[in-house]
Amino acid sequence: MNAFRKDFPVLSENKYAYLDSAATAQRPVQVLKAVEDFYRTANANPLRGLYELSIKATDAYEDARARVARFIDASSSEEVIFTKNTTESLNLVAYSYGRAFVKEGDEILIAVSEHHSNIIPWQTLAKEKNAKLVYLYPNEKGEYSLDEVKAKCNSRTRIFAMAQVSNVLGIPKPIKEYAKIAHSVGAVMVVDGAQSTPHMKVSVRDMDADFFAFSGHKLMAPMGIGVLYGKKELLEAMPPFLTGGEMIEYVTEQSATFAEVPHKFEAGTVNAAGAVGLAAAIDYLENVGFDFIEKTEEKLTAYLLDELKKVPHITVYGSDSYKEHVGIVTFNVDDCHPHDVASILDADKVCIRAGHHCAQPLMQFMKVNATNRASLYFYNTEEDVDRFLTSIKNVRKELGYGS
Amino acid sequence: MDLKEMYREIVNEHNLHPTHKYDFENPTMFKRGVNPSCGDDLTINLKVEEGVITDGSYVGNGCAISQASGDMMMDLIIGKTVDEAKHLAEIFNRMIKGEVTEEELEELEDAQALIDISHMPARVKCALLSWRTLSEMLDENN
Repeated sequence: MNAFRKDFPVLSENKYAYLDSAATAQRPVQVLKAVEDFYRTANANPLRGLYELSIKATDAYEDARARVARFIDASSSEEVIFTKNTTESLNLVAYSYGRAFVKEGDEILIAVSEHHSNIIPWQTLAKEKNAKLVYLYPNEKGEYSLDEVKAKCNSRTRIFAMAQVSNVLGIPKPIKEYAKIAHSVGAVMVVDGAQSTPHMKVSVRDMDADFFAFSGHKLMAPMGIGVLYGKKELLEAMPPFLTGGEMIEYVTEQSATFAEVPHKFEAGTVNAAGAVGLAAAIDYLENVGFDFIEKTEEKLTAYLLDELKKVPHITVYGSDSYKEHVGIVTFNVDDCHPHDVASILDADKVCIRAGHHCAQPLMQFMKVNATNRASLYFYNTEEDVDRFLTSIKNVRKELGYGS
Repeated sequence: MDLKEMYREIVNEHNLHPTHKYDFENPTMFKRGVNPSCGDDLTINLKVEEGVITDGSYVGNGCAISQASGDMMMDLIIGKTVDEAKHLAEIFNRMIKGEVTEEELEELEDAQALIDISHMPARVKCALLSWRTLSEMLDENN
């Protein structure tokens, strides 16, 4: 039995084999308690404080920002903006940086395997500015070649946006190499870290990302808190995204000057309890340790892949190597629509994702309507995988096929 | 009935061995219905003579529930008047939303087996696709 599992109320009774952590992780009691403690002992509107309680709230919120900065190896806390989630973080970059710096005829480079949240903001921006949205395409295993990246990154490229880990295929990308290529043509590198941050040590400085987005809820923090990292000189040059309270310096009837970064980008009352929960989740995550996380996930992924490939009528997508999946296994069962597969597994209390995974362009490229996705985290066990396998072996029979 | 029983006893039969899934020559009305989020895709063909549905078929692809629901719907509406078909569609719609009486359920024959879909929000649109397409088509041809 995994020693950390007891910390997770949803998992503790083993009612569910929860294999959908790529959609959202479960939360340990330490995170739940941190959020409760904030509301019990430090709740006031942060950043407006002329009294002790509000200063406590402000400190809790700013300490969380510093914790995040250390976690992703940012140069300073000012480079960390709290948002709602990865989607909002990427929209912030597209609306603020994109609208200020992308012009007609410019190019935005993205990959066809991106999540819709790293496609639609750029699509919208490209339409508005008459810019061109250029796509990278992978081989049948989901891998991109550096040559294609080099060929498609040119002097017109303003933005290169890519996920560090695909939410469908799991394959980790050499972002550091990509950033070098982007910078050599004067483009900024935007990284969607939603699927990587929960599973591997991230250093925004080492990979030299200009912007890096991730969600708290995929690494055990509450829903509704996310992060945008941005290099300070870029953030300072950008106009605000949302406007209103807390993001101003001085306002008259007809004009305003804006607060310094990061507060310029955090309009309105912030999600301080969420930020505190995120800091607690990061503490928890680092206590578990990325070594343990990677080792556990690799062991379980290898087991799941090996056993799944022995089952007849199964197609597994992505790399043959368990190391290239980051806990994500996407597959189909011959003749069975993924929604029927997920329903049969649901009857056995096995939770997987089925559908297009917010990656319809990738599904079109792979020529499938939909797929099933089982995703693992360090709190999963071999027993979870066994329950999944037992259920999956019966799917075709349950749906009326011979075997 | 639990979910697996629903598949085993009703859905699989209509999905794998449908009575009414075939190309139809010269329908008097036809309409395609799609669930973009999951790719369920189904076209309904009807032959309507003097207000009576005398024959019909469907073609398409998608999950077992969407296709089986189409077959069961055809079982029910062939031979009925257009008004009766609309009435059944309305009952089916309410059954999926969990707002139906015992007597009304009986009118749905085999299709009442899909009542448990009302507890499965993700599958509601699959079960409703054929019925929704039918209702829209009948309203358009009114």
